[in-house]
Amino acid sequence: MADGMKMRTTLQGDTADVKVLMNHIMETGTRKDAKTGQLIPAHFINHVVATLNGKTVLEAQWGAAVSKNPFLGFRIKGAKTGDKLVVNAEDNKGEKLSGEATI
Amino acid sequence: MNQMRRTFLKGTGAAGTVAVAIAAGLLKPGQVLAAEWNKEAFGSKNMADAMKNLNIAGAAESKDILIKVPDIAENGVVVPVEVTSKIPGTTSIMIFVEKNAAPLVAEFELSNGAEAYISTRIKMASTSHVRVAVKAGGKAYTASKEVKVTLGGCGG
Repeated sequence: MADGMKMRTTLQGDTADVKVLMNHIMETGTRKDAKTGQLIPAHFINHVVATLNGKTVLEAQWGAAVSKNPFLGFRIKGAKTGDKLVVNAEDNKGEKLSGEATI
Repeated sequence: MNQMRRTFLKGTGAAGTVAVAIAAGLLKPGQVLAAEWNKEAFGSKNMADAMKNLNIAGAAESKDILIKVPDIAENGVVVPVEVTSKIPGTTSIMIFVEKNAAPLVAEFELSNGAEAYISTRIKMASTSHVRVAVKAGGKAYTASKEVKVTLGGCGG
């Protein structure tokens, strides 16, 4: 199901530890093309939303200074085995990435 | 024959329900864009402007924000950052690199049981303080830690 994302969840007690790895170039817009000398246009993920069983747990806005192939780790208290976690991301060009995991 | 007709009706019925749910606004197709991207804050060229645009100017220094970063980062392209806020009621975490061209790196809003913890990887242009600000109970708090960067990770 995952599209451009890898996710791993581990449950410690009642807290889920979530790790997400997204596949994205995260171009800042300040780098120049070595051949043409032209600026490479910015292309980066700027919105990330994580939901647990449909309820939003994390909503993030990112700038271009998040590293290439972004890594995101967070923890959710009160999560149980079988809970469904969905992460959606969108970049500044409107391209979408998404990932799903069951805790 | 009859079985096929049943399946068909069932299928269209389910699809119809989804369409109604979308129309009623229960399922927003563009839910990722719930909040408008804060262009002013991310475009700010210095810390003061970035903090002002996030409405956290004058945030109080706090020892309850723990920032885990390497003392020396050989490569500024990938600097791991781990933030834990021990301030009760933390609702959002913001990460800045003071000397980046645009200091604001990311902003995280936490809700429904998400703990005040974020781990990610960021780019740093040069040796700088990594500053973290959090919002808790309507107030803003901040802390910072220096990272020495041997090779910058922005532009070039």
